[in-house]
Amino acid sequence: MNKLPLRARLATSLGGAASKVSRLAGRGDGSVIGGVIGLRLEPGLLAMLAQGRQVVLVTGTNGKTTTTRLITAALAPLGEHIASNAFGANMEAGMASALGQAPDASIAVLECDEKFIPSVLRATRARVVVLLNLSRDQMDRAAEIWLLARHWRDALSAAPDCHVVANADDPLIAWAASDAPHVTWVSAGQRWHDDSWCCPRCGSHLRRSGEEWICGECAFTRPPVRWALSGSDVIDPAGRVRPLDLALPGRANQSNAVVALAVAEVFGVDVVHALRGLRDVTSVAGRYTTVELRGVEIRLLLAKNPAGWLEALDVLRPPPEPVMLAVNAQVPDGRDTSWLWDVDYRPLRGRPVFVGGERRTDLAVRLETDDVRFEVVAGIDAAVDRVGHGRLEVIGNYTAFQQIRTVLGRAA
Amino acid sequence: MSGDLRLVWVYPDLLSTYGDRGNLLVLERRARLRGINVECVFVNSDQPVPRDGDIYLLGGGEDLPQVLAARRLRADGGLAEAAGRGAVVFAVCAGYQLLGHEFGGADGEPTAGLGILDMRSGRGERRAVGEIVADVDPALGVPALTGFENHQGVTRLGPDAAPLAQVSVGIGNGDGTEGALAGRVLGTYLHGPALVRNPGLADLLLGWVVGPMRPLPPAQDELALTLRRERLDAVAP
Repeated sequence: MNKLPLRARLATSLGGAASKVSRLAGRGDGSVIGGVIGLRLEPGLLAMLAQGRQVVLVTGTNGKTTTTRLITAALAPLGEHIASNAFGANMEAGMASALGQAPDASIAVLECDEKFIPSVLRATRARVVVLLNLSRDQMDRAAEIWLLARHWRDALSAAPDCHVVANADDPLIAWAASDAPHVTWVSAGQRWHDDSWCCPRCGSHLRRSGEEWICGECAFTRPPVRWALSGSDVIDPAGRVRPLDLALPGRANQSNAVVALAVAEVFGVDVVHALRGLRDVTSVAGRYTTVELRGVEIRLLLAKNPAGWLEALDVLRPPPEPVMLAVNAQVPDGRDTSWLWDVDYRPLRGRPVFVGGERRTDLAVRLETDDVRFEVVAGIDAAVDRVGHGRLEVIGNYTAFQQIRTVLGRAA
Repeated sequence: MSGDLRLVWVYPDLLSTYGDRGNLLVLERRARLRGINVECVFVNSDQPVPRDGDIYLLGGGEDLPQVLAARRLRADGGLAEAAGRGAVVFAVCAGYQLLGHEFGGADGEPTAGLGILDMRSGRGERRAVGEIVADVDPALGVPALTGFENHQGVTRLGPDAAPLAQVSVGIGNGDGTEGALAGRVLGTYLHGPALVRNPGLADLLLGWVVGPMRPLPPAQDELALTLRRERLDAVAP
């Protein structure tokens, strides 16, 4: 840290002070404001702060925050101090803040928004880049995913020393990483297929069988994998099978865990030790936590796009467990609710369903069309009163989830 | 009115970016509630387009898939043939653009479309993203369209296509008009599940196939009409 130029040191300390003020003022968790101020003073701050550290960048449409958390846990056996933007502040300012606040960390595990991978890869000269998945997401403001994959390809070809850990089961990810010199391919699974029916290389229809896929025309195909998720077990490079036994629920988190193990391998962490760290993770930035409200045990799940909803519906306990769905369409959610029609809600039939959020009418029309019975509620309080006792599962998109967290108290 | 209705979703593997399935589901529901048997046919881009559908649906797509879809549909010929014999075609966004003589390709270059609608599209200066409201040609007897647009296209209609509507909020074709209509071929920049908030438009398409229909029982239409009102109120000037 002392090697930083004066201007960067000043930028970092002023930024750090702003973070503290922001937290004290109750305006947020302080994970962005410091970086915003610091970057304004010194635009090259991220590169300066990253210098001399081993940086891992984590990106993809879904699972970034959780995977970042899991990688940090898997690297814990190294005994090094690890910097991380653990609360999902995944743009340049959030990353700069995380690094600025951990001057002694020799390793940084950074969640990175999909769009910023090229510039952040250049700035941080990351040792490892993790590519999870790509699917439709908030298309009123996000880039088109084929375009993103193309930008990643270009960025990786300009970073020949970078080690890529990539999900071979997602064709678009496989294409993005296929020309990179060092890749650990992971079979992390892909439940959502609706954005990858066509070959990313030539556009022809892909043939699929299980997780395997091959293009009928140009023969682009799933690369051979080094790590694999099989059921709820991980298969390591030596072919040994071990149960994951995660505390986090759902198939998506098992995928994220296998990716984290592959990253741990790059750092020389033994799989047994890495697994131990993964199993200790019980909640991630408020997700999967259980909170009690007037005698009802509430579990909070976040789902931001169709692939995320598919995974969240998969995590639900079976009927007749009641569920509340909450949907907003503020800027961070995407102002367009069209994505509701990409989600198959029929699995919700046969249980009490409560519908809330600022765009509850959009959601209600969607459920009506899928013949799912539901009740519209004003908010989480009303749903809790209707449930009365027992458990309630809650799935919300981004700002709806945050609003419910606020109602339930930041302790959640 | 109990004859079979064949809904053909054209190339969901290429032309389905954001909720396009909604149009299929809405048509299916509104037909079934009137006792009409519905068959939904999904045609991927490696399959021939059936010639005997009643309503053909085309969704949105990114630039490259749009170019590929246009190329394959031209080579296949099935959609043009069906439209030529009077089948209903409903296309949104990228699917709408490729029905014209040409549209802007991956780098904005002119790319050959199907020529089913007399129109040409190119790439505009700015992306049109947001709620759109447009008053439908009164001859169609359909209330104002409400939807979401997300495109960078600019479309000019030729003499053989009529604008579907006049824009009151949003961009649409870029010259104050929105969408295009020729016979039973209808296209719009309202993307994704455009028929969800416009049940009148859905019934227009169904009526073209099965003839006059009774209205739905009010309870079955109430939610959709509430949603329409909410969205129209939200953007009212």
